[in-house]
Amino acid sequence: MKYLKYFLIGLFVFNSNLASAQEINLHTKITKNLRCLICQGQSVYDSDSEFANSLKILVNQKLKDGDNEEQIYDYLKNKYGEWILYDPKFNKKTYFLWLLPILMFIIGGAIIRKLFYLKKN
Amino acid sequence: MKLKINSSLLVLFFLVIFILFYKSLKNTNVYTPEVSVEKDIPFFNSIIFNSEDKINSNEVFKNNQFYIFNIWASWCVPCRKEHSYLMQLSKKRNLKIIGLNYKDDTRKAKKFLNELKNPFDMILLDKDGTIAIEWGAYGVPETFIVFNKKIIKKIIGPITDQTLIEIENLTK
Repeated sequence: MKYLKYFLIGLFVFNSNLASAQEINLHTKITKNLRCLICQGQSVYDSDSEFANSLKILVNQKLKDGDNEEQIYDYLKNKYGEWILYDPKFNKKTYFLWLLPILMFIIGGAIIRKLFYLKKN
Repeated sequence: MKLKINSSLLVLFFLVIFILFYKSLKNTNVYTPEVSVEKDIPFFNSIIFNSEDKINSNEVFKNNQFYIFNIWASWCVPCRKEHSYLMQLSKKRNLKIIGLNYKDDTRKAKKFLNELKNPFDMILLDKDGTIAIEWGAYGVPETFIVFNKKIIKKIIGPITDQTLIEIENLTK
């Protein structure tokens, strides 16, 4: 019975450590995907400006309130626009950005095909 | 013939790229968030400056009244320049000026107000800067004109002669 108690305490401590570690990871992931508007070119995670520090606190609060990643992005997008995200979502303003690499890949593939494979035949 | 077409295509390609890059040279790539107007003001909780009283935004902003919501701090140099404009606006009877003291030391803020006088009808505290984010602000100073709990104008940076006129026209 004594051992069971210790075991349960150990399990609890271990689990809560794990949970907070996950939370920190998510916090890092989110703040790395946010652009600092004061020092543009740096992420909120890397920046130490007043704005970035406040944003870190806010993300922490939102995570504690139970918001998920998507909800936090939506919230900040609503306040500052799509530009605050390093990883922009697919929409009518960004479709070219997302499709360009695929397009280039296809065109490149077609050129290679034309040059090498069709010549052989 | 085929070679000619190819080389002219190549020249055209580089020409297009050159024009594209040349034009982009002059573009600034500093982004300012879109000034979103006609947006509802955010709900927030704060503490009144110089007291320990808690207050929420619904108690601060009432309908049918023009408000100027100004984010300031004693450490912010442009705020000093802007202060005389706020003093000018504080003389207008139909306006209420709400200040948001952003990440400031209360003692220094008091000194700042003693030195330059206090234009604010009420000052709220934002110790960790999260209320400013609720408003979509990212620096100091920023000013919002509020009517019927909606933001009708947003000024990023200090108030100038020109924006003062705009504010006066808007709040007539």
